[in-house]
Amino acid sequence: MLTTLLLIPIVTAAALFLGFGNRTWAKGSALLQLALTLALWFRYDQAKAGYQFIFETNPLFPGVDLRYSVGVDGLSLVMLLLTALVTVTAVWFLPQLEKRANLFDGSVLLISAGATGAFLAKDLFFFYAFHELALVPTFLLIGLFGSGERQAAAWKITIYLGVGSIVLLAGLVDLLMALPVSSRTFDLQALQQLGAAHMIPAAAQIRPWFLLTIGFGTLISLFPFHSWAAPAYASAPTPVAMLHSGVLKKFGLYGMVRLVLPFLPDAFHQPVWGNYTAQDLLLIALLGNILYVGLVTISQRKLDFMIGYSSVMHMGYIFLGLASLNLAGLSGACLLMFAHGLSVAALFAVSGALRDREGSLNFDKLGGASKSVPFLGICFAMAAFASIGLPGFANFASETMVFFGGFSPGATSFQKTATILALWGVVISAVYMLRAYKAVFLGQPTASSAKWTDLAGGARFALALLPLTLLLGGVFPRYFLSYLKPTLEATLR
Amino acid sequence: MPMFPPISLEILVLALGFILLLAESFSNSTNKRGLAHIAIFCLGWIFAISFFTASAPATVAPGSYWNFYSGDGVSLVFKRIALLTTIGVLVLALDYEAALAKLLPSAHVGAGTGEFYILPLFTCAGLMLMASAVDLVMAFAALELVTISFYVLVAYARRSHASLEAGVKYLILGALSTGFIVYGVTWIFGLTGETHFTKVAEKLAHLRGDDTAILFAFLLILVGLGFKVAAVPFQSWVPDVYEGAPTPVTAFLSVGSKAAGFLLFLRVLEPFLGVHSILPKVLQVLALVAGATLIFGNLAAMPQNSLKRLLAYSSIGHAGYLLTAIACIGAGGGLLLGVGATVGYYLFAYMLMTLLAFAVLTLVSVNSKGEDIQHFNGLSKRSPFLAFAMVVAMSSLAGVPLTAGFYGKFLVFAQIIQAHHWVLLSLGVITVGAGFYYYFRVVAAMYWHDPQETAPISVAPLSKITISLLIASIFYFGINPNPVLSALRTSAPSVAAAAH
Repeated sequence: MLTTLLLIPIVTAAALFLGFGNRTWAKGSALLQLALTLALWFRYDQAKAGYQFIFETNPLFPGVDLRYSVGVDGLSLVMLLLTALVTVTAVWFLPQLEKRANLFDGSVLLISAGATGAFLAKDLFFFYAFHELALVPTFLLIGLFGSGERQAAAWKITIYLGVGSIVLLAGLVDLLMALPVSSRTFDLQALQQLGAAHMIPAAAQIRPWFLLTIGFGTLISLFPFHSWAAPAYASAPTPVAMLHSGVLKKFGLYGMVRLVLPFLPDAFHQPVWGNYTAQDLLLIALLGNILYVGLVTISQRKLDFMIGYSSVMHMGYIFLGLASLNLAGLSGACLLMFAHGLSVAALFAVSGALRDREGSLNFDKLGGASKSVPFLGICFAMAAFASIGLPGFANFASETMVFFGGFSPGATSFQKTATILALWGVVISAVYMLRAYKAVFLGQPTASSAKWTDLAGGARFALALLPLTLLLGGVFPRYFLSYLKPTLEATLR
Repeated sequence: MPMFPPISLEILVLALGFILLLAESFSNSTNKRGLAHIAIFCLGWIFAISFFTASAPATVAPGSYWNFYSGDGVSLVFKRIALLTTIGVLVLALDYEAALAKLLPSAHVGAGTGEFYILPLFTCAGLMLMASAVDLVMAFAALELVTISFYVLVAYARRSHASLEAGVKYLILGALSTGFIVYGVTWIFGLTGETHFTKVAEKLAHLRGDDTAILFAFLLILVGLGFKVAAVPFQSWVPDVYEGAPTPVTAFLSVGSKAAGFLLFLRVLEPFLGVHSILPKVLQVLALVAGATLIFGNLAAMPQNSLKRLLAYSSIGHAGYLLTAIACIGAGGGLLLGVGATVGYYLFAYMLMTLLAFAVLTLVSVNSKGEDIQHFNGLSKRSPFLAFAMVVAMSSLAGVPLTAGFYGKFLVFAQIIQAHHWVLLSLGVITVGAGFYYYFRVVAAMYWHDPQETAPISVAPLSKITISLLIASIFYFGINPNPVLSALRTSAPSVAAAAH
């Protein structure tokens, strides 16, 4: 069943590359993927921790527990739902192309397949491999179909992520090497149990911690490894920006939760530089995301760059939740991964739709759009309010939990200070999001914006999916958390 | 099922070579393509036979050839690599015929191309013998068979100055490196009185006296084989020779001669690893050479505009990864597999992806009158099939997961981390980043830029099948490397064992 979920986009992409089919196939594939994910979602037994729907082959390496194996637990299921939702919206925002439409559509599906595979994988190797597989179509699409400085952006993202992946690979191998020979395995489920058993002495945790945090951090655009993200998202074609910032970037966070927290919890409290612990360094880095990148975001004059930087900034909150090392913070972080993915994808969708209509996304050139394109305006407003953290949206629920996590009784004073500083980020994001909304949608319509036409029917439904799910998550966060809780409890044990 | 003695494979290849050579000289037909087809067909059969070989006898009689010949699993894997490479090279040679004809002083298209299809068979026999050689003299003789046939092949395009220049360079440096190897062999023989690897190892381990002599012998061999595998600082011939040689020959050089060189390197290295007093120094030298090779190969590949030169530098870079794995040999305790299996698998993956890259390069160069990256501009419009093949080859060379090349890099990195060789690890990370840049430049050219010529490229059926098979194998072995790894494991290379 899970392999089918993975094969749907891959087979469709292969067919498209070979010249069969057309855009309807891509849409069908995305809908099928969503349907299957929902089926999994409702058939999953959320009371149980651990993986379900497991399928695995024999070992692929002689004498090593490395095999193709897939399975889902609550966390991966939430990420799969995110992937499927964003894929559906992304497919409806595929641009009209005269030539090479199949290359474009197939590559977009491959990116989605890469994310799906990474979240499905129950084996460390495939977890890593599927994510990196998405690198090639991303490179092609940004360079070929992007806008602005597209080729420079494509190079930047590819080399950054390529190097980040290799650091990550080194970290993964180092982590495995730190385990006793007899218990070295690539199976994530077995690894989870090993993590609970605290197999690695505290002093030996530092090196893999750094390798993994830098590796994953580069993929997540953790400050100071973030500079690839905003230009790449600004230049990328809309569906690529949506999938990459919304879904693929969450892979790194997912990996942090899967590997770093259960295996290397003691590393957080090890002093690494004077009196500063690894946790303090992480907090400084994430404050860089929230405050420094937040201010950078305010100064942006173009909508796509602003959204790109805001997505980098919000990674700081998720890291804040991870660094709290308690259930409240971690649940908040995981729910925020889901919520942020949806809201940033919706923002990129709207900004892409505007780019199709105007060409330039400079705030000076835009204005009064809500009169001619009210639907886009509403969606943008909802996604923007969500990402500020307005009550009623999933982002609010999760950010609140992240902040509670930061103030938990066990928190160090440094952590509390960092959390207070991070709270200011909410103000920063309110400033830039509201300003952007005002600049684009309010005020006097410009000459061109008065003539715009709103989204067509199918794309409306596809786009509406995202803010509606955010609302659902904001009203019933407990429902989503019920999926996450058993997994996360096992992670922190 | 009848079982064939392993040496029958080499005999069959040699016999095939001689028969075709004779047939070629007595036939009046100017169309030599038939020869290549026969050779490909027969090599395919020999490849099939390689799966039905008998194992070595338990006791070896003093005069028998088993004294200098080994039929272990590793040698069989390398023989298969040699056979597959030769088949691939012959397919490339067929595609290259049109370009080659212009570079030969002959009246008809195809005249004078006969030996171009037959000489690779002798190279192949040399590679196969080298894979099985467990005696210094035997290894040397096999190495010379390979090298001498390459001298001819590199300079085959007689009207091309580049080809002639490449031939001369290859000849001079090849002869020089041969001299180093012979001198090294002489030292080893002088120290031990033996030429068989195992006996040399025994004698060396119990040798009393000055280590300097052993180190000197090791360095001579290192220099000699360093030339063959293109390790820095013995790499200077590579770019020019690769660029000048006819493209199929470049592919052959890049894959075949490297694979054989590395296997020989592992076998010769083994006796020295047994000498504990010099082990740290040996590993230090190896790490130095490996690091330099990694850095030089990968960084120098970045600014190249000719794809052939780029692949030449990338081949140096890959030699760097292989040497890196070898330099980590003393780490002990295998996470995954020993160094021998790492090198074996890496070379196998390298064969697949390099042949694929050269196959596309041959077709593009024949159709575009050039071998620069700019001649690949817009290839996705001229031939989506070839462009896709090249994307697979480049991704695999860069080490993107789910392609065969990734497992190779993965195994190498596992070795480095196991050995706690942090300098080499950081060099590896930097060079992989560089690799992403220069390999993806080709992808960028094919998809981002508009073509200079718009004529579609037609691909012959045989080439199409070969390219499709290579693509399929890259993906297959990128997901399931088990067939190759277990074949290598059936007789775990004694190198890894010796180090522990």
